[in-house]
Amino acid sequence: MAVAALRPRALLWQALALGVVAGVIAVFSINAAHHLAARHIATGFGFLSAAAPIPIGESLISYTPSVSTYGRALLIGVLNTLKVAIPGCLLATLLGTLVGIARLSPIALLARLAALYVELLRDLPLLLQLLFWYGVFQTLPAPRQAMRPLPGVFLSNRGLRIPDLVWQPGFTGVAFALLGGIALSFFLARRTALAPGLAVRLGAFLPVLLLPAATLALYRPAFRVDWPALHGFNFQGGASLSPEYAALLTGLVLYTTSYVAEIVRGGLAAVARGQWEAGAALGLPRGAVLRLIVLPQALRLIIPPLTSQYLNLVKNSSLAVAIGYQDLVSIADTTLNQTGQAIEGVALIMAVYLSISLTISLAMNFYNARLARQAG
Amino acid sequence: MPPFARSLSGLAAFLALLLPSLARAAPPAASPTLAAVLARGVLNCGVAGNAAGFSLPDSAGVMRGIDADGCRAIAAAVLGDQKKLKFVPTTTENRFTALQSGEIDVLVRETTWTLGREASLGLEFGVINFYDGTGFMVKKSSGVTSARDLDGATICVEPGTSTELAIADYFRVNAMKYTPVEIQDLQEIHNAFLSGRCDAYSTDSSALAGFRFTQGAHAEDFVLLPELISKEPLGPMVRKGDDKWFDIIRWVSFAEITAEELGVSSRNVESFHDTTNPDIRRLLGLEGDLGKALGLDDQWAFNVIRQVGNTGEIWQRNMAPLGLPRGLNNLWNRGGLLFAPPLR
Repeated sequence: MAVAALRPRALLWQALALGVVAGVIAVFSINAAHHLAARHIATGFGFLSAAAPIPIGESLISYTPSVSTYGRALLIGVLNTLKVAIPGCLLATLLGTLVGIARLSPIALLARLAALYVELLRDLPLLLQLLFWYGVFQTLPAPRQAMRPLPGVFLSNRGLRIPDLVWQPGFTGVAFALLGGIALSFFLARRTALAPGLAVRLGAFLPVLLLPAATLALYRPAFRVDWPALHGFNFQGGASLSPEYAALLTGLVLYTTSYVAEIVRGGLAAVARGQWEAGAALGLPRGAVLRLIVLPQALRLIIPPLTSQYLNLVKNSSLAVAIGYQDLVSIADTTLNQTGQAIEGVALIMAVYLSISLTISLAMNFYNARLARQAG
Repeated sequence: MPPFARSLSGLAAFLALLLPSLARAAPPAASPTLAAVLARGVLNCGVAGNAAGFSLPDSAGVMRGIDADGCRAIAAAVLGDQKKLKFVPTTTENRFTALQSGEIDVLVRETTWTLGREASLGLEFGVINFYDGTGFMVKKSSGVTSARDLDGATICVEPGTSTELAIADYFRVNAMKYTPVEIQDLQEIHNAFLSGRCDAYSTDSSALAGFRFTQGAHAEDFVLLPELISKEPLGPMVRKGDDKWFDIIRWVSFAEITAEELGVSSRNVESFHDTTNPDIRRLLGLEGDLGKALGLDDQWAFNVIRQVGNTGEIWQRNMAPLGLPRGLNNLWNRGGLLFAPPLR
């Protein structure tokens, strides 16, 4: 064991360091408690179960101002943050990979355009970009003059409205069946990847279709579509995407993409040229060389800095306050303002971001370690 | 100030709560805030800095408005010079922390006096310097004439304000629905309303009038709906537990009201030095030791009136140009609510 190998003096230093950190935290806590008491400021987390009179524009779960609690309002904030962070990371990875590969393209025009994109987006402050996109989405027409790119789809300065499937209890079962089908197919596909015969290999993907279909046949939920319609000031019904969300997601994804593209380019460039040439010598097309030989080696260089970009994207999403998207920081700010519980509010914000960031780091480190094992 | 800088100042205020303060050494009987201001020679006064009529820099960069003049009056009373003053811009969200942490000495930021705030923030309101109410502004082209027509509307509102609470109550009581758009930056809220992102813009009716005024030639395109859905008494706030400082903030305001009542203004205050009217003699410190009792010199109210003016002058200078009727903000004997206890 590593600890046993340490000399006593090293242990002493470590204990001392730990003591200093604990001491500083204790001094902070005692001082905070003293000041709060001296200033008659209420403390504690009791406010979480008090009714929250603050209005919330968009939410994934139901919320009624003055009836729902502050705890629920903050939960909505966490969900709204995740609603930006998760699609944001996925889209930035996808776009960043494409732009990064484009920068290495033998087609000069494509490579130059990708370089221009990276330099432009990387050099401008993110806040400025967010305000720009919010301004752009506000130039869309008013609800009465909304654009209708497709029947039942409306695009206006109130956001995007699309028809929505009315959720039936059976759908939840279908969703689980679909997830199960994907997992099963994934497992089968790995087992049959080297099997002779196309039919066997395609057969591995059958559970993706069969499991949900069987569940549908079992529950037979009614399919009802909720069509949006202009009613009074705004569209009612259907599902909606607000301009604030759209502006935040667009800004974050395009900004982070420029960094991811550089990371991908760097990772690919670090793979020795000989690997490309060896692939070409085997008669593989360029795309196949990239996918089968170069990318797997580049990934090990790409993952660690990519993790940092994911963390940045999550933290940058707190700039939402500036453009009125109610993420965790926005709702927690309002909460601490209405309740006066500044320290508790800031502590909650810190705890949530720390949890999200540590989860991302752990998942990415695990993935990286697995890649390393496969390679080794 | 860009939002991240605001967050920084909020964070600084938050850290200040954690760290040991240096002001604890002050003697317990005197006012620690007054002592700190006198030692510094400058009053740190928290304002909005972006609200016409309350505090907004003019074309020459001079802060204008009743809140700005409120700060000047305190500086004139305490330090004898209304220029010994630093305006600290605060947002609706960091204002209380800025005051709690001692970053500012007094908060004069169109802040509504509520029980909740006074009971839980460790702060208290000195006095009411403006009687207001939550209102709605819509574009004339929308055809809306009453707040009752706003069912289903999207409403722009500043987060962390008593406005958002008033709206939530109003729509709940009237069984109407609305979608809030909550933006911290005032300029971005105005942009969102002007671009049509929101059907209505809600805040204190005085601020709405100020907003319409700043639209210049387009002011006629906007309508202030007749309903005021809440009482919004605005006033300066101080930290609890410093009663001497609290008294000063309160009596500076009363001195301005008393001056208007007695017909004493910045223009004629010098001519009263040989007056026989005992009320005016006490106000101007020609008789009695009232200033010393407050911990100031006896010229305190004279300085306030000569350098800043009485409540009527402050109104004429700041609110009258916005087209606001004086209404409740007039003297008690002219149909308003301004009433000062006797200065004796």
